[in-house]
Amino acid sequence: MSRHVQQHGGMSMIRSELVDVLAQENPGLSHREIDTIVTIFFDEITKQLAEGGRVELRGFGAFSTRGRDARQGRNPRTGASVDIPSKKVPYFKPGKEMRAKLNV
Amino acid sequence: MAGEGTLTRADLAESLHRNVGLSKAESSKLVESILDHMTGALAQGENVKISGFGSFLLRDKGARVGRNPKTGIEVPIAPRRVLTFRASQMMRARVANEG
Repeated sequence: MSRHVQQHGGMSMIRSELVDVLAQENPGLSHREIDTIVTIFFDEITKQLAEGGRVELRGFGAFSTRGRDARQGRNPRTGASVDIPSKKVPYFKPGKEMRAKLNV
Repeated sequence: MAGEGTLTRADLAESLHRNVGLSKAESSKLVESILDHMTGALAQGENVKISGFGSFLLRDKGARVGRNPKTGIEVPIAPRRVLTFRASQMMRARVANEG
């Protein structure tokens, strides 16, 4: 099935830019405090997922984890087969409002 | 607070309140601001990359012909932009090790 999928090559917002803009909007807080706030924000989400929970941010989206079954893998160099145990992987589903904003 | 169950905006704000000493109102406002800025960048067609956490990546999908699975009738699906999340190695490692 050939799907026309195009990866966005364009601009990105990176973490430091997020910190900068928040610092500008919050002159009562130091740049360092804002950095700590951003760290805590993303750490809490990661911690929740690491402990098997979900994170629901209405309008933005929801983070959860999905199981990957154990499988038989192969060492590409030696060709030897190795057991890959089951594991959990992070998953994000964009919210309805987010999807609408991407397609205006 | 962390662990089984669902974490929400209120929990994130509570965490900022306890760890940074911001008022509850300020904490809620900051949580909202972080999400607003990320949403704004994505809405403008920018990817959002948070080191140590992951990347929110936009993809443009072309038009295609879909089918209503119930009726079998063909329906055109308009080109659209979708959002995917690619977790950082650090997050993948922490999530994979969950008991």
